[in-house]
Amino acid sequence: MSDSAQTTADPEADTKTDADQQAATDSAPVTDGSSSIVRALENAGVEHAFGVQGGAIMPVYDALWDSDIEHVTMAHEQGASHAADAYGVVAGSPGIALATSGPGATNLVTGIADANMDSDAMVALTGQVPSDMVGSDAFQETDTTGVTMPITKHNWFANSADTIGDTVGQAFALAESGRPGPTLVDLPKDVSFEETDVEPGEPELPAGQDPPTTADPENVEAAARAIERAEKPLLLLGGGVIKAEATETTRAFARDHGIPVVTTMPGIGTFPEDDELCLSWAGMHGTGYANMAITHTDCLIGVGTRFDDRLTGGIDTFAPEAEVVHVDIDPAEISKNIHADYPCIGDAGTVLDQLTDEMDHDPDAREWREQCQTWKDEYPMDYPVDKNAPLRPEFIVEAFDEATADDTIVTSGVGQHQMWAAQYWEFSEPRTWVSSHGLGTMGYGLPATIGARFAADADQDVVCFDGDGSFLMTLQELSVAVRENLDITIAVLNNEYVGMVRQWQDAFFEGRHMASEYNWMPEFDKLAEAFGAQGWRVDNYDEVAPAIEEALDYDGPSVIDFHIDPEANVYPMVASGAPNGKFALAEDQL
Amino acid sequence: MSQNEQGLEGPPPEERPHPDGRRNSQGIRIDPEVEAEPDSRTAMISALVEHEPGVLARVAGLFSRRQFNIESLTVGPTTVEGNARLTLLVEETEPGIDQIKKQLAKLKPVISVGELEERAVRSELVLLKINGEEPGKVQAITEMYDGETLDAGPRTITVQLTGSNDEIEDAMDAYRQFGIIEVARTGPTALSRGDRPTTPGEKPAAEATAVGVKPDGGTEQSGEAESQAETTN
Repeated sequence: MSDSAQTTADPEADTKTDADQQAATDSAPVTDGSSSIVRALENAGVEHAFGVQGGAIMPVYDALWDSDIEHVTMAHEQGASHAADAYGVVAGSPGIALATSGPGATNLVTGIADANMDSDAMVALTGQVPSDMVGSDAFQETDTTGVTMPITKHNWFANSADTIGDTVGQAFALAESGRPGPTLVDLPKDVSFEETDVEPGEPELPAGQDPPTTADPENVEAAARAIERAEKPLLLLGGGVIKAEATETTRAFARDHGIPVVTTMPGIGTFPEDDELCLSWAGMHGTGYANMAITHTDCLIGVGTRFDDRLTGGIDTFAPEAEVVHVDIDPAEISKNIHADYPCIGDAGTVLDQLTDEMDHDPDAREWREQCQTWKDEYPMDYPVDKNAPLRPEFIVEAFDEATADDTIVTSGVGQHQMWAAQYWEFSEPRTWVSSHGLGTMGYGLPATIGARFAADADQDVVCFDGDGSFLMTLQELSVAVRENLDITIAVLNNEYVGMVRQWQDAFFEGRHMASEYNWMPEFDKLAEAFGAQGWRVDNYDEVAPAIEEALDYDGPSVIDFHIDPEANVYPMVASGAPNGKFALAEDQL
Repeated sequence: MSQNEQGLEGPPPEERPHPDGRRNSQGIRIDPEVEAEPDSRTAMISALVEHEPGVLARVAGLFSRRQFNIESLTVGPTTVEGNARLTLLVEETEPGIDQIKKQLAKLKPVISVGELEERAVRSELVLLKINGEEPGKVQAITEMYDGETLDAGPRTITVQLTGSNDEIEDAMDAYRQFGIIEVARTGPTALSRGDRPTTPGEKPAAEATAVGVKPDGGTEQSGEAESQAETTN
């Protein structure tokens, strides 16, 4: 038996109140690597984990038996990684994904890569074959740390039960610190079984990994002067604003200084889209007015954005007249894609406060604000509704938005449906838009919805927009939603195409629909019912509102198969590498 | 599909005003009439790392996946137990070199990153296996370049040379007349001159200072802090 157990048996020790004693009193003492791992997760405040059982991870699962951590068994490890990712996005603390060695670990890879691209905090714990078999091509052996090296912030190969818990704690702390991202700990089975009585502490960052907070005052001063003298200042808010919990500070900054706002797609929710200052999101399928503003600004203040190519369009014509103030916590993002004239490395909220302190007056931007309003009037987001024609997807998105509260969480797969959801839902709160941005992972929608549901408040609706192709990639996770009786609503915008590919084929490949047409799709409403969920099929405008109401009312997973206009396309569109200001309003303008 | 069917209104692209400004491929605003794309240069970069399993793979993988152009890489221990020094010779544009330093600094096992100044002490070791038919002449060249003969047989002579890249290239030119059969080069390694630390904030091990080596009195505690300072300069 362990020393700590003997200590707690000592009546005098009970009067001590330090954390280790408390932990030892509350739950069974650590006896082996596995219980140390679980204790580390408990110390980190983990409440949920998503995963799939299997040989090499079995000791860890066994240690979860007595834990208060709620484990959600997913149908596929890819689902576990997306669920953990989305859980982290909504909860604001790392999601946990568990998988066994070999195929379990490799199935996590897509979700880890997705989290890495979107800087989402996530911890993956993978089983591994016993240490003495590593390197022998053993059954279900994969070099998991090797495979995931380029798609994690850092990963570890655990080699001692005594330190395994603290390693997991480090993985948790590193995942959520600074610029968040996924971390992974590979857990050889013998180390999980190995005896130890070492109680892991609270999660601690590895040495030397403390992120910057305040930016260099000289740079802040120079940036403040640039903003003050700007005539056409524009804030570009990225997902980093949400991750930094800087939404309120950022909103106040824009309003106090009268600076119009565009967001990136991951930055959706940083600023209320119905606010007069907000021009919604810029980039490939962003609004015309956001793309006009970003083209004509003379001072672009990017906060928590990495100037991704889907945002910038062609680098040569991106914000070509603008001095760039770049606020980011990751020094490597400064001048990576777009040169920063005024780099401000630090925490988003802290740096914006520094800027406000430094600014003597607001920029004189009245004419510019009026110009932005003019563009809003000139390029309205609109679509035709003909009640006798096939359903427009935009109408469905707006109908859902109307039927739900402002704090509703919207998730999506990847494709046309994702763009329609992002364009036509009016977002107002952070952590309510959950999507796969950087990696563009079809199939993200359903498992992300499951993860988001576990992180959401009980009274928050969770609605997923998915495409028929995207839904088909991970719909086995519907079994999980039914088993857990999750109150989620999935709207499949079904056009029997891989729609975005079909749209590009029409625009750039002379209409040759190679491998983008489905001549038969499952009937998703019936498929939903086969899983034990509730299903609807909607073909007409009149059926939209009633189906949405019934689906939202249904206390469990519901799937509405909306058969939409198969020819509907996503516009505006900036062709790859084209100038943002030359966005096309229809195909003949590409 | 026509504009009407799509339903979006507004002036078409050709009727919209568009600014004349341009950026180059590095995202730097330029006068499109004047400035050409930036030239690349070589840079010698030293990285102090925790000598843990996989650290070399992390560095090599970083260079490969970000398409950084690496000419050579050497690795070896330092005065501090558990640390190692990587010395990298890279060829990139100025923004590319900046990215290399910042991306290296992001790797968890990397403690600090510095670029060697032009006048830093640099040296490389090379082993050459040379056709041994004219041992006297080979020996003369070896002596001229302060080299050492490590092996001399009836058919081959193996020599060791150290020096700068130019010195080694010159020597190899001289040996070429006999026929160079095999070459093994370490690639250059380097240290900064004087008491300036090779990577920012770098400190020798305690036992090294005990025998009289004074660490630099700089205030930077970690390479990360330094790389931020570099970025914000």
